[in-house]
Amino acid sequence: MNKARKAGAEIKAVEALAQGNSLVHRLSPLSKLAMALAYIIITVSFGKYDYSALIVMLLFPVIGYQLALIPIGTCFYKLRIVLPLVCAVGVFNPVFDREIMLRIGNVAVSGGVISMITLMMKGVFSLMMSFLLVSTTPVDELCRALRKIHFPKLLVSLLLLTFRYVSAMLDEVAVMTDAYHLRAPGQKGIHFSAWGTFLGQLILRSSDRANEIYSAMLLRGFTGDFDYSPPKKYSRLSPLIALILISLFIAARLFNVISLFGRLK
Amino acid sequence: MIRFENVCVSYEKGDAPVLDSLSFEIKAGESVGLIGSNGAGKSTLLKTLTGLLSYDGNITVCNLPLTKDNLAEIRRKTGYVMQNSDNQLFMPKVIDDMIFGPVNYGESRENAEKSADEALAKLGAEYLKDRYNHKISGGEKRLAAIATVLAMKPEILLFDEPSSALDPKNRRSLISILNSIPETKIIATHDLDLVLDTCERVILLSGGRIAAQGNAGNILKDKELLEKNNLELPLSLIPRGEI
Repeated sequence: MNKARKAGAEIKAVEALAQGNSLVHRLSPLSKLAMALAYIIITVSFGKYDYSALIVMLLFPVIGYQLALIPIGTCFYKLRIVLPLVCAVGVFNPVFDREIMLRIGNVAVSGGVISMITLMMKGVFSLMMSFLLVSTTPVDELCRALRKIHFPKLLVSLLLLTFRYVSAMLDEVAVMTDAYHLRAPGQKGIHFSAWGTFLGQLILRSSDRANEIYSAMLLRGFTGDFDYSPPKKYSRLSPLIALILISLFIAARLFNVISLFGRLK
Repeated sequence: MIRFENVCVSYEKGDAPVLDSLSFEIKAGESVGLIGSNGAGKSTLLKTLTGLLSYDGNITVCNLPLTKDNLAEIRRKTGYVMQNSDNQLFMPKVIDDMIFGPVNYGESRENAEKSADEALAKLGAEYLKDRYNHKISGGEKRLAAIATVLAMKPEILLFDEPSSALDPKNRRSLISILNSIPETKIIATHDLDLVLDTCERVILLSGGRIAAQGNAGNILKDKELLEKNNLELPLSLIPRGEI
């Protein structure tokens, strides 16, 4: 399958995941958004050598995926392009921070290696939680939640339309690359001499399609706000669950649960 | 119901007009075929009628002048089925797309879903309700696109090339659907056989001007007129030996 078409299908598959009906799907988008934001902020706030305390934070997304009935592998598969970039953050830490912080047998582990691992963990955990949010909440409901907390209308519109237009653009890329390869058999990728015209055409075609989609929205009463997505019936317990979970995140941040367990004898 | 008086449309200021001094009138309940060769101005006319393009002259739709103030009301009364259904279906599921319009115009979700159910029942396409837009066939997409518009209960329906990309069976069912819709219809198409089957009146556009208008049967039988405007007789009117 054409790579662009595959990417478009993957975006649509995430949208399909968001239409599920699990325990997590039934929580209100605003509660989920608050939980995800709190989780990310708290995860990022851990100290650079706090890897042992940070491990506990992994439990929340893992349990979340189980409750959402989404295989955790789906998250890593969908994020396979972003994950290496996240992991690359802090890759130079071992070079700059060589102070020995830990010894495992005969192996000395420097502060740089520990901070690199901590940074990777923070990035991966935050991505896992973000993907859990996106795969259990339809994008228009998410935008509605953002509007509820008075996120600027313009930025929310931009987010929603970008999401819609990315699919349209990928469709156009797929059609254009198919047409190119049919007339350039055996050629790997797009020859650099065609990049300029290819990109220009892509912009023009995507812009035309985006205009058509926007016209279709206007013709059916779209005014830039999100009244069109009235809330489904979400669990009334959502705010309470959010409150409990955020308290647990804070507790995990304040108390190093792993070392507490270590002291139990 | 629809009145155009000396309407001119240009895409860029100073460019030659795409629609040039168009004047015509369409009465309530009429089914009008808008025909013409490529670039004659059919889609432009439909877009102008729904306020997507600016124009010079006077346009009245449902007794309302087409101005910025009346735009929302006019769009509520007109349902535009686009040429490419993919552009019209931008939500994940068919039902999401169907309630998009009614809810935007202030209906409750329950009422919007009721309207959606009625529209799907009218088309015999109830099975599409909870399907994902990206997983349905081209013919089903066309049905879903028509349903999204019918759910708004418009007084005027505009179809842009409704039979393009449809197989013969779907085309046949589209014709019966079009004939079963009692509202005012404008059908812009190259498919002259479809016009013959669904419209009582025809407006023939050529180079942005009206080349002829009148009874569909009379205009579509006029070989000389059609050929002069880069069209051909509908296949069903050509004697078998001449095809």
